[in-house]
Amino acid sequence: MPSPVLLVRGFQFVELHPRFMSSIESTVEVRIRSSLDYTDLVENITNNLTFLAGCDSDPAYFIEMAVREVVINAIRHGNQYDLDKQVRISFRFDADKFEVQIQDEGKGFDFEHLPDPCDPSNLLKSSGRGIFLVRSFMDDFSLTYVPNQGTLVKFVKKLSRS
Amino acid sequence: MTATTRRIEGVNIIDLSGRITIGEGTVILRDAVRNLLQRNEKNILLNLADVSYIDSSGIGELVSSFTTVGNQGGKLKLLSLTKKVHDLLSITKLLTVFEVFDDEARAIQSF
Repeated sequence: MPSPVLLVRGFQFVELHPRFMSSIESTVEVRIRSSLDYTDLVENITNNLTFLAGCDSDPAYFIEMAVREVVINAIRHGNQYDLDKQVRISFRFDADKFEVQIQDEGKGFDFEHLPDPCDPSNLLKSSGRGIFLVRSFMDDFSLTYVPNQGTLVKFVKKLSRS
Repeated sequence: MTATTRRIEGVNIIDLSGRITIGEGTVILRDAVRNLLQRNEKNILLNLADVSYIDSSGIGELVSSFTTVGNQGGKLKLLSLTKKVHDLLSITKLLTVFEVFDDEARAIQSF
């Protein structure tokens, strides 16, 4: 039976033994239009890559969650579903860490003053937890507005292997 | 995501299975709760034993369902959280909001 193959932007990644892949740094970049129809695709790519990186199930789960939350934010709030705008997702991983950068083409937002979803006055609000969850489960997190380019979110999950 | 409703001793148990995520998952949950409220059924227990994944929109839908049911004089409680769903509700402090049970019979008795 042939090995599963992942095609991303013209590159072909044949599934290799995770230990081999995790011993070298790998970079994969994906660009999608601003439609939620692509979130499952991005999630599948993320899961393929965390597997190649040799992630244990818990960090793989939280990386998948983080990518999904930030990509959905980029599509909804950043690019406001404008199909002419793209979301760029860049994955970089090696034996020690899994790093993701996600950039939209939006006008940015006041991320310095995001309400705390755990504040008692916000607990019953139905939104506003996405970034909080990513911050909580990733080891490093940053959010930057690049003028005329969009919002860039970076996060890193350190990998410890069982 | 699927939602199947059954009724035991006046409590409506919604067995959810799959992923509560933005789009289909949250809509199915919202519709299931709304259908019960339209029938004036206000004691609702969400069984999350087979929910493998909840995103922030799904968490928002749980909160929204909780407040909607509460505003109509009912109660919405949670049953059988997986570890990951438990962790998500814990870190968002929502375990202080929801009544959560591991045992269905005890959950039914609590209404």
